[in-house]
Amino acid sequence: MRKPGSRRSRQRRLGDALAAVLALLASAAADAQCEELRPFKIVGDAIPAALTETAGDATRGRAIILDRRLGACLLCHTGPFPEEKFQGTLAPDLTGAGSRWSEGELRLRLVDPTRLNPQTTMPAYYRVEGLTRVAQAWRGKPVLTAEQIEDVVAFLSSLRD
Amino acid sequence: MNFLLRPLVALATTIALAAAPDERRSGYDIAGPEIRAMQDDDTANPGNLWVLQGETLWGKPTGAADRSCADCHGDAQMTMKGVAARYPAFDAVLARPLDLEQRINQCRTEHQKAEPLAWESEDLLAVTAFVARQSRGLPITVSASLELRPFLALGKQLFEQREGQLNLSCSQCHDDNWGKQLAGNLIPQGHPTGYPIYRLQWQSLGSLQRRLRNCMTGLRAEPFEYGAPQAIALEFYLMERARGMPMDAPAVRP
Ligand code: HEC
Ligand code: HEC
Ligand code: HEC
Repeated sequence: MRKPGSRRSRQRRLGDALAAVLALLASAAADAQCEELRPFKIVGDAIPAALTETAGDATRGRAIILDRRLGACLLCHTGPFPEEKFQGTLAPDLTGAGSRWSEGELRLRLVDPTRLNPQTTMPAYYRVEGLTRVAQAWRGKPVLTAEQIEDVVAFLSSLRD
Repeated sequence: MNFLLRPLVALATTIALAAAPDERRSGYDIAGPEIRAMQDDDTANPGNLWVLQGETLWGKPTGAADRSCADCHGDAQMTMKGVAARYPAFDAVLARPLDLEQRINQCRTEHQKAEPLAWESEDLLAVTAFVARQSRGLPITVSASLELRPFLALGKQLFEQREGQLNLSCSQCHDDNWGKQLAGNLIPQGHPTGYPIYRLQWQSLGSLQRRLRNCMTGLRAEPFEYGAPQAIALEFYLMERARGMPMDAPAVRP
C-alpha cells in the first residue's frame, strides 16, 4: 500500500483530480442545438418592428405575466395585479412601464435584456443561443413564443401612469 | 510606506477585519419565529423522527458482515462528533471528494458488505440525520487540502455560471439578491448548515442534493444526478463558503 502522505502519491492524486475536473468542465459546455426564431432587428435600445404580423392582445398578455408556467414575471416584479398576493422584490414595479418605454424598447427588454445589461437577472424570453444545461423539455425553445411576446408588449404598453 | 506607520496600518486592518460583522446568515437566522421554535424543540422538530430511526439503524447488524455501525464506531456521540461538519471530504482511493451520504454508503458496501442505500430513501436520510445531529452547534470546517482545490474551483464556477432556460446563476440569487422576495419565497444565502433538512413544502426530510436539484429545476436547467461529481463539488463549495458557521441539522426550512 502506498503511503497516503508521500509526495509522489499526493502529486498523482492532484493530477487525477485535475483531469477529472477538466472532463466535467468540458461536459458542461453550452448546449449547441437550437430552434429557428423569427428574425428581428435591434435599433438602438429597441426592436421597433413587431415579431408577428397580427397585433398582440393585451388581455392575453396580462394573463401570461401572471402565469407561473409562462411569464412568471411576478417572481421578481411587483405590479398592478391585486389578485396576486405573492409578488417579487427583485425588480422594479411594472406600473407605468408603458409611459417609461416605447413598444420597441419593451420588446427588446423582453426578447433579451442582457443586450442592455449583461449582468441582469431578468431572463431573456425570446432567445435560445448561448444558454447552458437547459433541461431537456425546454432545450431549443424560447421561454415565450413570438405571439406571446407581442401579447405581453401590448399589455405593458397599456400600463400608463 | 514609512516604517513606523506600517505596523500601525497592519494593526488597524486587523482590528477592522475583526470588527467587520459576519454578513453571513443561515436559513435559521432568517427564518420566522414559528420555524425557529419548531427547529429548536426536539419534540416539535419532525426531523428528529429520522434521527431516532437513524439511532436504531446505527445499532442494527447489517449485511453479509453482520456488523452494525456501532460495532466499529461505538458511541456516535463521541465518534461522529464534528464529522458531518467536515464533509464532503477527499477520498484518496477514488481521488475525489465524497459527501456524507456517499461515505456512509461506502461503509455499507465495504465494511458491512451490504447494498448501498438509495438516495432519499428513509434509511439513508435517517442514518445521515443521526450522524449530522452529532455536529449540532459545531463550526463547518471542510478540508482546505491541495487535492480538493480543483473541486472547490469547479464548485465555485458552477455556482457562478448562468444556467437553464431562465439563465440565472446560483450566485445571482444567493449572493446578490438574498433577503428579497422571489414571489412568496424569501431568498436565503443558501448555506448548507442544516442538512438533511425537514422542508415544510416537502413534508419530509431531504438531502442537500435534493435541495440543489430543486433550485436547478426551478431554473429549467438539467439537474445533476444525485451524487454526481459536479453536485458534490457544488456541495463542497457551499460548505467552504459557510466555513465557521455552526451546523444545525436536522434543520426546519419553509
Ligand atoms: C428573475 C427576475 C425577473 C423576472 C422573472 C422578470 N424580470 Fe423584468 N426585470 C428584472 C430586473 C432585475 C429588471 C431591472 C433592469 C435590469 O436588471 O436590467 C427588470 C426590468 C424589467 C422592465 C423594465 C423596468 C422598468 O424600468 O420599467 C420591464 C418592462 C420588465 N422587466 C418586464 C418583465 C416582464 C413582462 C417579465 C415576465 C415576462 C419579467 N420582466 C420577468 C428581473 C426580472
Ligand atoms: C466493519 C467496521 C465498520 C462498520 C460496520 C461501519 N464502519 Fe464506518 N468506518 C469504518 C472505518 C474503518 C472507517 C475509516 C477508515 C476508512 O476510510 O475506511 C469508517 C469511516 C466512517 C465515516 C467517516 C468518518 C470520518 O471521520 O471521516 C463515517 C461517517 C462512517 N464510517 C459511518 C458509518 C455508518 C453510518 C455505518 C453504519 C451504516 C458504518 N460506518 C459502519 C468502519 C466501519
Ligand atoms: C431564482 C433564484 C434562485 C436561484 C438562481 C437559485 N436558488 Fe437556491 N434557493 C432559492 C430560494 C427562494 C430558496 C429557498 C426556498 C424556500 O423558501 O424553501 C433557495 C434555497 C437554497 C438552498 C437552501 C438553503 C437553506 O437554508 O437550507 C440552497 C443550499 C440553495 N438554494 C442552493 C442553490 C444553488 C447551488 C443554486 C444554483 C444551482 C441555486 N440555489 C439557485 C432561490 C434560488
